[in-house]
Amino acid sequence: MLLTITSTHPPATDLGYLLHKNPARSQSFELPVGMAHVFYPEASDERCTAALLLEIDPVGLVRSEGRTTLREYVNDRPYAASSFLSVAISRVFGTALGGKSKDRPELAGRPLQLQARISVLPCHDGEDFLRRLFEPLGYSVGAERHPLDEEFPEWGESPYFTVELSGEVRLRDLLSHLYVLVPVLDDDKHYWVGEDEVDKLLRQGGEWLAGHPEREIIADRYLKHQRRLSDEALSRLMEEVDPEAESAESLDREEEAVEERITLGEQRLGAVVAALKDGEARRVLDLGCGEGKLLRALLQERDFEEIVGVDVSVRSLKRARERLRFDRLPPMQQSRLKLFQGSLIYRDRRLSGYDAAAVVEVIEHFDPPRLAAFERVLFGSARPRTVVLTTPNAEYNANFETLPAGEFRHRDHRFEWSRAEFRAWSEGVAERSGYRVRFLPVGTEDAVVGPPTQMAIFVRESARDQGGDG
Amino acid sequence: MKISLPELCLVVLVGASGSGKSSFAREHFRPTEVLSSDFCRGLVSDDENDQAATRDAFEVLHYIAAKRLAAGRLTVVDATNVQREARAPLVALAREHNVLPVAVVLNLPEKLCHERNRERPDRNFGPHVVARQSRQIRGSRKSLKREGFRHVFVLSSPEEVDSAVVERTRLWNNLKHEHGPFDIIGDVHGCADELISLLDRLGYVVSAAPDGAGYTVRSPERRRAVFLGDLVDRGPKTPDVLRLVMGMVASGDALCIPGNHDVKLARKLRGRDVRIAYGLAETLAQLEEEPPEFRDEVAAFLDGLVGHYVLDGGDLVVAHAGLKESLQGRASGRVRDFALFGETTGETDEFGLPVRYDWAEEYRGRAMVVYGHTPVPEAEWRNKTINIDTGCAFGGKLTALRYPERDLVSVPARHTYYRPAKPFLAVDAAAPPVAEERLHDDLLDIGDVAGKRIIPTRLQRNVTIREENAAAALEVMSRFGIDPRWLVYLPPAMSPSEASQRFDLLEHPAEAFAYYCRQGVPKVICEEKHMGSRAVVVVCRDERTPRARFGVPEGAGACYTRTGRSFFEDAALEDGLLTRLRDALDRTGIWEELDTDWVCLDCEIMPWSAKAAELLRGQYAAVGAAARPALSESLRTLETAASSGRDVGALQERYRERVEAVGRYVAAYRRYSWPVSSLEDLRLAPFHLLATEGAVHTDKDHGWHIGMLTKLCEADPGLLLATSHTTVETTDPESIEAGTRWWEEITDRGGEGMVVKPLDFVAGGKRGIVQPGVKCRGREYLRIIYGPEYTAPGNLERLRSRRLGTKRSLALREFALGIEALERFVRREPLYRVHECVFGVLALESEPVDPRL
Repeated sequence: MLLTITSTHPPATDLGYLLHKNPARSQSFELPVGMAHVFYPEASDERCTAALLLEIDPVGLVRSEGRTTLREYVNDRPYAASSFLSVAISRVFGTALGGKSKDRPELAGRPLQLQARISVLPCHDGEDFLRRLFEPLGYSVGAERHPLDEEFPEWGESPYFTVELSGEVRLRDLLSHLYVLVPVLDDDKHYWVGEDEVDKLLRQGGEWLAGHPEREIIADRYLKHQRRLSDEALSRLMEEVDPEAESAESLDREEEAVEERITLGEQRLGAVVAALKDGEARRVLDLGCGEGKLLRALLQERDFEEIVGVDVSVRSLKRARERLRFDRLPPMQQSRLKLFQGSLIYRDRRLSGYDAAAVVEVIEHFDPPRLAAFERVLFGSARPRTVVLTTPNAEYNANFETLPAGEFRHRDHRFEWSRAEFRAWSEGVAERSGYRVRFLPVGTEDAVVGPPTQMAIFVRESARDQGGDG
Repeated sequence: MKISLPELCLVVLVGASGSGKSSFAREHFRPTEVLSSDFCRGLVSDDENDQAATRDAFEVLHYIAAKRLAAGRLTVVDATNVQREARAPLVALAREHNVLPVAVVLNLPEKLCHERNRERPDRNFGPHVVARQSRQIRGSRKSLKREGFRHVFVLSSPEEVDSAVVERTRLWNNLKHEHGPFDIIGDVHGCADELISLLDRLGYVVSAAPDGAGYTVRSPERRRAVFLGDLVDRGPKTPDVLRLVMGMVASGDALCIPGNHDVKLARKLRGRDVRIAYGLAETLAQLEEEPPEFRDEVAAFLDGLVGHYVLDGGDLVVAHAGLKESLQGRASGRVRDFALFGETTGETDEFGLPVRYDWAEEYRGRAMVVYGHTPVPEAEWRNKTINIDTGCAFGGKLTALRYPERDLVSVPARHTYYRPAKPFLAVDAAAPPVAEERLHDDLLDIGDVAGKRIIPTRLQRNVTIREENAAAALEVMSRFGIDPRWLVYLPPAMSPSEASQRFDLLEHPAEAFAYYCRQGVPKVICEEKHMGSRAVVVVCRDERTPRARFGVPEGAGACYTRTGRSFFEDAALEDGLLTRLRDALDRTGIWEELDTDWVCLDCEIMPWSAKAAELLRGQYAAVGAAARPALSESLRTLETAASSGRDVGALQERYRERVEAVGRYVAAYRRYSWPVSSLEDLRLAPFHLLATEGAVHTDKDHGWHIGMLTKLCEADPGLLLATSHTTVETTDPESIEAGTRWWEEITDRGGEGMVVKPLDFVAGGKRGIVQPGVKCRGREYLRIIYGPEYTAPGNLERLRSRRLGTKRSLALREFALGIEALERFVRREPLYRVHECVFGVLALESEPVDPRL
């Protein structure tokens, strides 16, 4: 990782005084994550360049204990500019960052013609975002994007840029901009996020951040990346099967963003609660409860005496527990609510004997061949009196502006059905299992493509009211 | 007095305080068999005499008693039990668990009891208490039988108590000491001719006595027949069947349990009024021809039949209509009814027949259950149970199951002797025999996989799965797993060799050879390790096999990843691959050679980039994309500095090396990447021929596996890639040298490296089995694992310290589970038993282990 700072303000060698580093000498500094070297590839009165070369120890990053470290040796951290660069700036150029210079105090307070070059800066949001961060601060920005691998052009571009910033700025401001904005662009784990980060941000960005048009996203990204150490066992498996493992939450947010215009989620929950109440359910299951949005709505309704949230993800259940503040619910509320891990393709006695089950936006997460098992677990074995089931209406997708044609609303969806497909499946289930089914549109119905969400309400036929077959 | 107790019963001691119940219990029963109310009082209140704790104490006592009875353990209740209300819940408990309640009454003189109590400082109650208790005992002595106690023993003096002997007797249904082998025969229903043919086919020599008075039967060596009941009704020759079976039972050549038809006939013969239907009329008409003594003999024989048997150490249960686990080896009216009639749901079907409760679908017991009662077109396994009533009297066939071989032997009915109330033969007689029945197998229960589990395996004894790992696997299996009926195996993790101490290498063959030498393995095989993605492939020979053998209605087989996920997102690609493999197998004649309709292969599919495209783009190529400009620009800057006279010599040298290392890293991953647009771009390298019908090929050495698979690969060289290999003697330096050179050649041309395996598929070492394989990866390949610059001085030294213990232990446990899964599948065990093992492998994979090993 290399940062060079070039001054063309004559005499350019004054840069050495401002940085408190003698242009004639090469110096090395030990940092927690490796070494920083400072040297001057050129130093004349016209032009003087200081280089900060950061040598990250790749093995140490993985091996050292106690730090929130990398799990992979194959990692861009030793090469790309990141929060490590900010650490190095504050350690090596701390005085300059504070705006002080023993020998050139006046120069330190003056804007100079400066140029900073970062050999590799990750910017996952593209060049435009890079410009939106630096141009408002008065820089002209030069950016060269690198391909992932020139021998595999089909893989596309990498997120890495070689970046050159030039402008007339005070050195302390240049350093401060880099200190704050490099981690924001990198937008990855910060390995040194701690309690004092807010203070550092205010100290470094205090003067310029308030007036920056992107201040909110800057503050947000700078502070937010304290990853929860979520379920380790699961994440190890997920990495194997899904290298782009993202939290269910962020994927759900994507889906919500697609559907946002009509606050479909809320309409859906309302319709589900109404259908459950209409079936006079007292004891209800929320199958695939996720992080508990429907559970919260059900808890509000006194009609429901027992509410059971079931999900296959331990992580989601944990989050549901937190979001519902389960441990702090009053005992009367707490005793109404149960949460446990379960899978809808394994028969489960704990699901038997309930009045109703809500299966909201769940079936589209099953591979179609597994639907038969789901059908037998729910309609054959658990057999609640009422089943309220929702799924996206694929026909409506054309109305979502942000959703490219042919894509699903959520990356984990294995299918999305048209109304006819959903109807055919539901009627088959009802026929095979002794239920009657009716359909209800959810969300604003489009004259041609129908509603965004489709709902089926299954009611067990009383003639075969004998409970489960299993 | 001799007190004769059934081996499984609930013994209720009845006696006043001071009558010596606890001493009696101590003398005649094991301490853990006795539940004393005083002790339970102490458990809940720290005071054995705290009468306020009585209610809680009895709740505890009843709870423990219930657990013991459910587990089939004789239990003694040591409490006064002088009141009917105290005994009633115990009788109910015994009934609930289908065990016999027995009362042992200590009816000793009041005076004696009172004196004994006076000697005990903690019993400070007056004589009126004992007086009342004695009154209550006298009042209830007569009613005990009416209350439901099957046996009542009364001991009325200290002498009687002292001389009492307790003896435990085997239950009639307990024939665990009979180990077979058996030939279990389904419902005969008066079809004597078919029975004689069947016995003949089973190797029994049946000859009719010249006077027509009976048969003599000589059974094949050590074998015995077991008749599942319903000998009578419907068929033409019920008396002959009875004569034959009664003779075989009398001579010890057969066991017989009753069917509902037999029981009804016995009632009729005893003069009871029964409805003459379902073929009973034919039987009665046939018996009219027989002498009255024969009818009496038949009645006595049928009356003496025991409802069900538990055989072969508890591994085999026979009952006419089957028996769920909780009723096996128990004795009660309910057990007998279930064994005779099964259980119904209370509903009737469109033919007016009662709808049967499908106990077999949920059966998870240890014992194999063989039964009849309901005619089915074909005998079918379901969860370790099998119904072998194939409707002989209805024109089907008469079927026997050979135990322990599990072979089915049938003879067809000569006629349709009787019309069933509902057609029992499948409408589509041409459909493969495994039909809807078997499909029920696919519904797994959460109880089959969730929570902490201990799975017994042949190779490694018990493998424990921790609860949180099972939870993680449940999510992955549910969200991503393919149809579990295809998942007959998941591959184990593999450990690398110990780190090499050579200055520039992390892994080297020397350590792999040395490991096996230390373990006492003289000969190993080295197989080239292909760099792609692991795949398990199940290939079926024809369209019938998926349904007939795997119970899957569609598909030609399956290709899945090491986590049980479908390998290809594109179903057409999978189909194409399976078709090519099937054609190759057709051409090689492997189907015939191994007498099989399916194979399960352990493979690697190349290129790596086909499956790992996201990983390559997001991580491997990305790191190269960042590293190359970063380092080359750093080097250029250093060169500029050096040329202007700065002292950066050492740095410059180091950066030259770093640039080179990164170049090699990029070259390394590029070798395993090429674009894939169709099947033509893929290569599949099979390296284990894991299993085929009737066999898991762990008994063949790797030479056999590679040999068979090389033959297969030659049949389709465009798709299939043979695995190059060599063998090494671990005690011969020259051989080791040659093996090392072989590895160097592979890694020099950019290969990933090799896997060293004992020549035997399963090899024993000093303690249990040894690692089934150890990988030894090449210097360049390891850049993908340990980072582009892992070879730099200072890095290698640190990387050498890596702990292999956890990984190796995990590899063994996963290996044992994977093989166990295949063996269970090949033995045709129920789906849940196979799935348990496969699920276990997945769960173990979520254990925290260094992912680079």
